[in-house]
Amino acid sequence: MYYIDPHIHMVSRTTDDYETLTKMGCVALSEPAFWAGYDRGSIDGFRDYFRQLTDFESRRAANYGIQHFTWLCINAKEAENVELSREVIAMIPEFLEAPGVLGIGEIGLNKNTRNEAIVFLEHLDLAMKTGEQILIHTPHLEDKYQGTRMILDMLRGDSRIDRQRVLVDHVEEHTIRPVLEAGFWAGMTLYPVSKCTPARAADMVEIYGPERLLVNSAGDWGPSKPTAVPDFILEMRRRGHGEDLIRRMVYDNPLAFFGQSRNFKFEAPC
Amino acid sequence: MSAKLTAQATLEREFLPTRAKILEIAATLDRIARCDGSEPVDPRVKQLQSALEIVLDDNSDRAARIQLLFSRPFDENWPTNLQMPKR
Repeated sequence: MYYIDPHIHMVSRTTDDYETLTKMGCVALSEPAFWAGYDRGSIDGFRDYFRQLTDFESRRAANYGIQHFTWLCINAKEAENVELSREVIAMIPEFLEAPGVLGIGEIGLNKNTRNEAIVFLEHLDLAMKTGEQILIHTPHLEDKYQGTRMILDMLRGDSRIDRQRVLVDHVEEHTIRPVLEAGFWAGMTLYPVSKCTPARAADMVEIYGPERLLVNSAGDWGPSKPTAVPDFILEMRRRGHGEDLIRRMVYDNPLAFFGQSRNFKFEAPC
Repeated sequence: MSAKLTAQATLEREFLPTRAKILEIAATLDRIARCDGSEPVDPRVKQLQSALEIVLDDNSDRAARIQLLFSRPFDENWPTNLQMPKR
């Protein structure tokens, strides 16, 4: 089955991973900007990163027949430096018309601090001024519930936001309902220790249905599995779910969400 | 949307993996007890005990309730308490 991974950090992965992904049926992926494992020291560090995301990485993916899309921002972990964050936010429009840029992301919260919330709101302002879609990271572990509720408060407090164009990612059992009920898209991240397993993601599909629901690997430089979406496909099949439902989750839904972005020029596989 | 498998079929499929996970928990708690030093005075010990009690109860939404157990409570007044700027 062809599938799309809506959230994976390929700059942290090897070219061998691209080869594996294409063998597993991956035809497209989207890569949100995120934390490098250390705080970048200057605006030029981000400019180089955005060049990598919008230029080199898409060519590396294309060598394996995978279409690469991306999202730009300064990650919540670096948002404590508000001055640098504002420089990055001011620089992002240089890249918004580059091929494959789908919007602003993954913005969000990490430790739910004041500075993180301020930088999140300023990213929202940029997205509203430039008409971008938004991809949102929610915190992990004990901070997820508070952070997700804060994010929903901030989104609901901005009447300019079209909720159908916002994806709130890394939902789990205690956060999926408020995200979907508020009208946003929700993403389930399959991650070995934190976040969600393929079985729990399948449970949530059975409970909430496939409407506005995505599943991703969020593969990055930490312990993660870039082929987690095929694991989900296998789990759904083993439970007896039909191919139409599975395809909707891993192919049709990403197309529906990404298709709202003016830079989403997708070529369906033959 | 509902599950496709019957409860019995799901049990057949999940029994051995679930048995293994329970044994992992039991062995981990034994390991902590076996180590040198007294039992940790740590609120996470109580959290683990409370989580296991949720596993054993007959109510639904066990996973969501355990997630909330391990979560910081939501502060509805966060904009005021963080002194967020007016927009």
